[in-house]
Amino acid sequence: MEERPYRSASGAPIALRRRQHSASCREVAVRCPRLQLRSLSAATSAVWLAAYGLFVLSQNSMVLSAAIFITLIGLIIYLHFVKIDQESLLVIGSLGIQVTSSYASGKESTTFIEMSQVRDVVINEAIHMQKVIYYLCILLQDPGDPQGVSEVVPLFQSSKPRLDCLIEVYKSCQEILEQRKTAPQSS
Amino acid sequence: MVLKIFFPSCCASAESGILIGRWISEQNSAVILAVAHFPFIPVQVKQYVSDVQRVAKVDVSVLGSWSNSKQEKEESLSEFLEDLGIIFSHEPWIQISKEGDSKFWNCSTLQKHSNNSKEEEIILVYYDQRKVMLSHLHPPLDTATSTDQQTADASRLSAIFDTVAKSKVLFMTDRYDDGPIKLTHWQSDGVEASIIVELMKQASVPVCMLLTFLLSLISGLCRSRVLKFWPLSFLWSKLSTCEQLGHRLQHLQVISSNKKAQNQTQLMRKANIFVSLLIDVALGMLLMSWLYRKNRIGHLADTLIPVADRVAEELQDLLQWLMGAPAGLKMNRALDQVLGRFFLYHIHLWISYIHLMSPFIEMILWYVGLSACLGLTVALCILSDIIALLTFHIYCFYVYGARLYCLKIYGLSSLWRLFRGKKWNVLRQRVDSCSYDLDQLFIGTLLFTILLFLLPTTALYYLVFTLLRLLVVIVQGLIHLLVDLIDSLPLYSIVLRLCRSYRLAAGVKFRVLEQQDGKPLRLLMQINPLSYGGVVQTYRLPTYSCYPKDSWTSLCKKLFLGELIYPWKHKGEKQD
Repeated sequence: MEERPYRSASGAPIALRRRQHSASCREVAVRCPRLQLRSLSAATSAVWLAAYGLFVLSQNSMVLSAAIFITLIGLIIYLHFVKIDQESLLVIGSLGIQVTSSYASGKESTTFIEMSQVRDVVINEAIHMQKVIYYLCILLQDPGDPQGVSEVVPLFQSSKPRLDCLIEVYKSCQEILEQRKTAPQSS
Repeated sequence: MVLKIFFPSCCASAESGILIGRWISEQNSAVILAVAHFPFIPVQVKQYVSDVQRVAKVDVSVLGSWSNSKQEKEESLSEFLEDLGIIFSHEPWIQISKEGDSKFWNCSTLQKHSNNSKEEEIILVYYDQRKVMLSHLHPPLDTATSTDQQTADASRLSAIFDTVAKSKVLFMTDRYDDGPIKLTHWQSDGVEASIIVELMKQASVPVCMLLTFLLSLISGLCRSRVLKFWPLSFLWSKLSTCEQLGHRLQHLQVISSNKKAQNQTQLMRKANIFVSLLIDVALGMLLMSWLYRKNRIGHLADTLIPVADRVAEELQDLLQWLMGAPAGLKMNRALDQVLGRFFLYHIHLWISYIHLMSPFIEMILWYVGLSACLGLTVALCILSDIIALLTFHIYCFYVYGARLYCLKIYGLSSLWRLFRGKKWNVLRQRVDSCSYDLDQLFIGTLLFTILLFLLPTTALYYLVFTLLRLLVVIVQGLIHLLVDLIDSLPLYSIVLRLCRSYRLAAGVKFRVLEQQDGKPLRLLMQINPLSYGGVVQTYRLPTYSCYPKDSWTSLCKKLFLGELIYPWKHKGEKQD
């Protein structure tokens, strides 16, 4: 198990951790940039300054308590639904691929894709805002067409690692995916 | 090739014995359902297994041996276990052994007819048998439509869930039964049952029969010829209360039918309808108790007439304003006066009608309020109908204004075509050129000018009344939205997802447990519950109203041309 620092597409520091549980099971986790104290205090001060300005205009103290309430609720919603702490990929040969996102409040959202539905794991390019970035994605098999791709599942969308990190993850995944081609029976 | 063994966590501390389960050869996986303990007679075990196979229609067989030794491994036991492999010939024969309290087990397979001598890797997946048995796997919504492929390559997860769910008969014997074999599974400590559920099942049969009888009476009454005469049938179709009552009647028929629910979806549907009806009636009773306390009905009736008067007065003021110079625009005085007086006379008729009804309002409201005990949705529908009745004059004005404006627009467009020397060919449905006589052109131009200069007046009246009508429509629409929400929300499924989230599964998730080198990979399989959005989307109850199919552009076009708009249409009504 090792942890190495990399950079995300926007320049923030992220860390990649790889673990090998057995010959056909690997786990790769990317830790996203943490919530900065700077941005948190900036947002809170902005909301409270606006509320104080409204209070001076209207002389209604409800505005201040409403602002505190809004800040608290907004922070809870942000930590529970928006801020992703860690994204991980668990590849179990002949069972499937599991994609987990853990949020800052501890919530985990998991998706498991069976190996029979996975066609391949590839690195793709995409135009995101004003940049072209690389992203890793899982290609799902189209049940009707053996050569077709029915869906593309992008991975690591919130941490957006750069190409060097993606190549490491790609190599780890492909080593396991190749095993299913060399096996005598296909699963 | 990797061998996957699905082992129930309840059998982890069972005594030594043999493993009974299902072998799925195309996925190279073994699903262990139970452990049968020593002593047993192999012939009886084979008989029992084939009985289970016949009843449950699941391919159950003896898969291997399980040894749980408290002290060190005994050599004779391992030979005995290998001999068992010869008696119950199964390919491959799985041997799992656990020593003491160690978490890491030894798994090995015996293959008699194997070509490769390489040790294949074994993955041990623990699963919670009770949760997997009770859970219902929901396929992703896009693959649910393609059913022909599913039987061909059924996903391995659904195969495992199916195996455990269908083997219910295997789990019915517990350790207190005096059968030939002793099994360990999730129910082996005693079969679970609930007295309340059993009592309710027994009580529901006569209740359902009574309900069916009552419903057949009511529906027979509704279908009688008396109610089919023209004025009455027109009235029933326009009142939304009758639609809602018919909808609820249908729901009651679904619940009280004698047929048992075939599959999970139907069962959930019945449960959702039942809970929705219950909540509806409870909320309706609450509303009723609130209304009838402190004579609120009397207060409501007392304020109704003044409100209607006030609305009529406001309309009169509006018409006086339009008859003057509204917003500085200069109207055609003669047309203005005609239209204004026409509408004012209507309002006068309406006010007289309301005053005629005023002594009876309180009594009518009192009896109508009693129908709130049928449900909150019925009360809301009645409210919407009362609003429609009270603003009937606005609806009439809208229809007059719209028809007048529509006529004007069609006249103008036709005369504009005449102006340019063209004609609308009804047969060919296109515009053709046409040569007109001089007097036709003269009269046409005159009429065109007259209509054009009268257009602002008519357009203003049309605009004002359309806005009023849209306001009423929006209020009614909001009430109907609320009614639809109460009708279609699957409350039972949502509460099930909250309390017993393992019953609605979107998939599974694996957790890697502690590993040790040389021992097989240990994983824990847990159920990944369906998201709340998925629950609502899958189990939504169908409603009877369909929302506007018109896009905004076609709505604006209709408004511009003066065609009558009916934004909220019910299913089954003919489109205008």
